[in-house]
Amino acid sequence: MHRIFLLMLLLVISAQSDALQTDIDVEANSELRALVNQLPNTKLRKMAPLLEKISQTKQPQTRNLLQFMLDGELYFLKSNKQVVRAQVAENKLYQLTDVLTQQSLTDVKKSKLSKIKTNNKLRSSLRSVIAKIDLTDANKQIRLKAVQQLLSSPSKESAAIITELINHEKDQDVKTLMSTTLSLQQLKAGKFEQKIEALEQLSGSLEPTVKNEVVRLLANLPEKELTTQQQTLKDALSHTLDEIENSASFYSAVETVFFGLSLGSVLLLAAIGLAITFGVMGVINMAHGEMIMLGAYTTYVIQLAFPSIIEYSLLIAIPAAFLVSGSVGILIERGVIRFLKGRPLETLLATFGISLILQQLVRTIFSPLNRQVISPEWMSGSWQINPIFSLTFNRLYIILFSIFVFISLLMILKKTSLGLHVRAVSQNRDMARALSIKSDWVDAITFGLGSGIAGVAGVVLSQLTNVGPNLGQAYIIDSFLVVVFGGVGNLWGTLVAAMSLGLTNKFLEPLTGSVLANIIVLVGLVLFIQKRPKGLFPQKGRSAD
Amino acid sequence: MNTSITEDSKQTSLFQSKDPLHLTIGLLFITTLLVTLGNLIFPESSALHVSDYTVSLLGKYLCYALLALAVDLVWGYCGILSLGHGAFFTLGGYAMGMYLMRQIGDRGVYGNPELPDFMVFLNWTELPWFWVGSDSIVWMVCMVFLGPGLLAFIFGSLAFRSRVSGVYLSIMTQAMTYALMLAFFRNEMGFGGNNGLTDFKEIFGFSLQSPSTKLGLFIATAIALGLAYCVCHFIVKSKMGRVVTAIRDSENRVRFVGYKPEHYKVWIFVVSAMLAGLAGALYVPQVGIINPGEFSPLNSIEMVIWVAVGGRNSLYGAIIGAIIVSYAKTRFTAIMPEAWLFALGGLFVLVTLLLPKGIAGLIPSIKQKFAKTADPVEAKS
Repeated sequence: MHRIFLLMLLLVISAQSDALQTDIDVEANSELRALVNQLPNTKLRKMAPLLEKISQTKQPQTRNLLQFMLDGELYFLKSNKQVVRAQVAENKLYQLTDVLTQQSLTDVKKSKLSKIKTNNKLRSSLRSVIAKIDLTDANKQIRLKAVQQLLSSPSKESAAIITELINHEKDQDVKTLMSTTLSLQQLKAGKFEQKIEALEQLSGSLEPTVKNEVVRLLANLPEKELTTQQQTLKDALSHTLDEIENSASFYSAVETVFFGLSLGSVLLLAAIGLAITFGVMGVINMAHGEMIMLGAYTTYVIQLAFPSIIEYSLLIAIPAAFLVSGSVGILIERGVIRFLKGRPLETLLATFGISLILQQLVRTIFSPLNRQVISPEWMSGSWQINPIFSLTFNRLYIILFSIFVFISLLMILKKTSLGLHVRAVSQNRDMARALSIKSDWVDAITFGLGSGIAGVAGVVLSQLTNVGPNLGQAYIIDSFLVVVFGGVGNLWGTLVAAMSLGLTNKFLEPLTGSVLANIIVLVGLVLFIQKRPKGLFPQKGRSAD
Repeated sequence: MNTSITEDSKQTSLFQSKDPLHLTIGLLFITTLLVTLGNLIFPESSALHVSDYTVSLLGKYLCYALLALAVDLVWGYCGILSLGHGAFFTLGGYAMGMYLMRQIGDRGVYGNPELPDFMVFLNWTELPWFWVGSDSIVWMVCMVFLGPGLLAFIFGSLAFRSRVSGVYLSIMTQAMTYALMLAFFRNEMGFGGNNGLTDFKEIFGFSLQSPSTKLGLFIATAIALGLAYCVCHFIVKSKMGRVVTAIRDSENRVRFVGYKPEHYKVWIFVVSAMLAGLAGALYVPQVGIINPGEFSPLNSIEMVIWVAVGGRNSLYGAIIGAIIVSYAKTRFTAIMPEAWLFALGGLFVLVTLLLPKGIAGLIPSIKQKFAKTADPVEAKS
């Protein structure tokens, strides 16, 4: 209490000195230098007011200076009492930096230096001073970080600083976090009524520190023979804990939905190319997985070829993968599939053979080992919505991207003349030909389109899983099931099927583990298709077999 | 599509009139006899000696041939392209593997008389319920047929009743195999997880390491193949078999005539699955290991290519195909392993494009050529 009083007093004094200060930077800078130069001569017990004065100069170097002092890196040269930052360098020398100008000075031996001494008390006031500087920073992120720092190690001092600053704070997020910190301190050190009041304040908070504190307090209460006060406190504590856990489980459900959607969008991307080739054209392409793999390897090659533009590599890889997989697809269609028209089982076998050849080809060229594909900066990181819930950017982008791909494909099929021709050929080939549609050409282009989309899926998958020769195999069965489950020839069905499979999988996972969840979904799908062979959304109309 | 199938069936019936049953069985018998004699009588220095390694290799090929026969029965004669026969094969193998595992007794690493090593390793204290009885021969033989048969029955009755057919069925069977593979990889399943069942010591009291047991297993496989061939032959020739072939050619017409195609399909599917299970059971003691890798979809599809190469809708074609492709695989993987998948993939493409009736399909056309060239000569003389 005494120290706080002192601090307040100092504040008043410095506020007066503030008024005397001129606005000119140079002058402030020279003031700072003068203060810093006092450091070597000041005794420990007079250090605190000096530090306070230093912090009041509000120069950009101030924070660093104090931080160096806190870290024990602040020394002065015995010869001329110049204050420097010293870091251990090679050969038992110390590397020196001027604290104010950041200039490097010549390295010296330790014997030429003397440390600016601190003690525990001083360090703790240093921390508060630094926290205060951070808390008044113009950048919101720095302020938030500073409050979080205080929250994780609450103390009387930090509470005092926050009480002082909370009314000046304009940003809502920072303010909320500040009041949480205050309430937590109140819960920790306050009297009974204050504790109850603090618990009410804290009941919606998701900060892990708050939960830990509540759990700790609950555990500290005696099991039996509680006093009335203790009983009330216990009830209040468990009520708060319940609320915290309720909202935690709500957010974990939201998180599962997010993961489910993200898995669903991966499935959608993998399956949607197949929805074109298998669904619309009716061609069984077992090499579809390998088209995905080729897309992933295209990303790898692009990153290898242009290492300087990793940040944009995905943007280049998407059209490149589309072209690579698409043209391989057209080659397959022209070279093999068109000779097997109307013989689906043979098509299945032949394309399976092609998939083996492609896999082995990749194994021979790139080695059987997994290749590393780098995630660009903007794909990593996450969007922190609250302390226990965040959305990772890569998954978020993938969900958005898959929806984008889905919509563009839908538009191509519905709005363009190519789409019209594709639908015409798939519905009635002879009639389409009679109306002068080049059915062979349409077949090749459609197949190329489906395969190209698979290549694009490969680019996306390269961000999530290992890129290896078996990448495609892992997705081929899933993709087929998604298409069949959704109803063949129905893009919307594919969307619904992919998303519901992704969600089911992720909701089962915590109950059963991922492998068993996978098995259950597979068996469930097989059973479902036995019940409804035409899928969720069967195509209308009569088609004889 | 219809026209090509009618052609196929014509070919079949034309060919069936020249009954290859005696020829095939005879060839099989002679081969087995020669191999046995070569292994037993001729000394190792002799050129006619058949090494123990070759015997067990041939035994493996015969297992594959039996499996190919099973695939051919459903694919060639009923038009069901099953990509799940690997599952039936492996299940049969596991049934045998369980029996062999129990025969180890206390000679395992942990020396537990009751539990196989992997269960001791997992800290299990007693046998799971599905292992009870696995040490009896009768039970093992039952399971070899019942396991795959039951799976085929359940899967088949569900699938065929709801008229899942063609490519859809193929993908379903593949999904089934894939799900089983994932399941068997789990330690909790109680089938040894990743490592599967191995380290077998003896079968019916004979050491699995001794050459005579290997020869015995080879002969047993040959006999099983012969019997299976006869069974398949009679099924195909029987009235039931003719209905099955009719279903392949036009399921709807068969239904309209008044048959219930799904019953026939389930029946032939179950028989075929049991044959595949038998092949698996004979395979396991000869290679000494069974693990979930056998479930992999690639294996199932390799079986299909045996039949495609040999010629579907001819039973002996399946046998020829299995032996030729497996032999090629052995040679390739020994000389240049990385080229095998290229070769296999190429085989898939070439056979489907250029040789839709397989090797067996070549024989009648060669015969016809002979007949044409022979006729004028006869006329002249």
